[in-house]
Amino acid sequence: MSESMPRKSSMRWLPLVVVAALGALLFAGVMLSRNPNREALPSPLIGKPAPAFRLPVLHEPGRLVTDKDLRGAPYLLNVWGSWCPACRDEHPVLTRFAETKRLRVVGFNWKDEHGDAMRWLEQFGNPYFMVLTDYEGKAAIDWGIYGAPETFLVDAGGTIRWKYVGPLTDAVIESELLPKLVQLNADKPL
Amino acid sequence: MMRALLLAFALVLSSGAAFAQVATDANPLTFNSPAEEKRFHALVSELRCVMCQNQSLADSNAQIAVDLRREVLELMRQGKNDAQIKDFLVARYGEFVLYRPQVESKTWLLWFGPAVVLLGGGLIVIGAVRRRSRGAAPAADERNEEQEW
Repeated sequence: MSESMPRKSSMRWLPLVVVAALGALLFAGVMLSRNPNREALPSPLIGKPAPAFRLPVLHEPGRLVTDKDLRGAPYLLNVWGSWCPACRDEHPVLTRFAETKRLRVVGFNWKDEHGDAMRWLEQFGNPYFMVLTDYEGKAAIDWGIYGAPETFLVDAGGTIRWKYVGPLTDAVIESELLPKLVQLNADKPL
Repeated sequence: MMRALLLAFALVLSSGAAFAQVATDANPLTFNSPAEEKRFHALVSELRCVMCQNQSLADSNAQIAVDLRREVLELMRQGKNDAQIKDFLVARYGEFVLYRPQVESKTWLLWFGPAVVLLGGGLIVIGAVRRRSRGAAPAADERNEEQEW
């Protein structure tokens, strides 16, 4: 009898351990859910070459631009559409950033109508260095785009370095994009 | 009842997808054969809509789901097998698109965790039963201890 006693007393703690473990799990869940951008999917494309594309330019529909044409300097690819309400919120932020001239901001007009997109830019202003159009959404699939706005940072060599899902804010630019840019410039061989 | 609860839960979760664009599918998909249609439906019901996140690609009306369904059908017609089509989507959208994630070191816990928990629980129960039957006539104080459980 006496030999089974210590085992019993250790078993007695088991429910407490289980409850503590569940509590820890719950706490971890609550902490994780505090991330405001938790719906954003991590892109498997980060660190990989930007997907090849060949897309018409919004303002010159006859002109096709490829991924290779954009190489040589880093650029920000911003996915937008005139149908996207969050893009309208993002627009002034993007305009302010474009005015700093730190980067070329390339627009990716996704699943839009030519006329709607042109009117949108007329109304709100055009912060873009160039706007590419993907009316069918084929190139968007290669980029893993699933909503708008989405923003990619592509380096001079054509590698995707960063992605943000949802409207950019001054805070996101400050805390995420600018450090990435500093890193890009540091990596650049002189 | 359970279904209604699950549905309500899914609705609450999916309401967060604020940037969804609702589809206007001008030309719906047409299938060449019933076999093709069957394979297509089996495949898209195993893929998750990346926008709405709690619906399969088969069920979602988001614009991106419409586009991805079209892409899946196109890949099928190019002669790609199911695994190749899944790889195509995983390469772009990540493992998230699969309702059944691949078995690899990252997902061991997901795949085998429940079985391990069940096994552990079973062992504890077996242990408890054995101990109880071993001490056929337990002393009075021990009986009290059992009671606390």
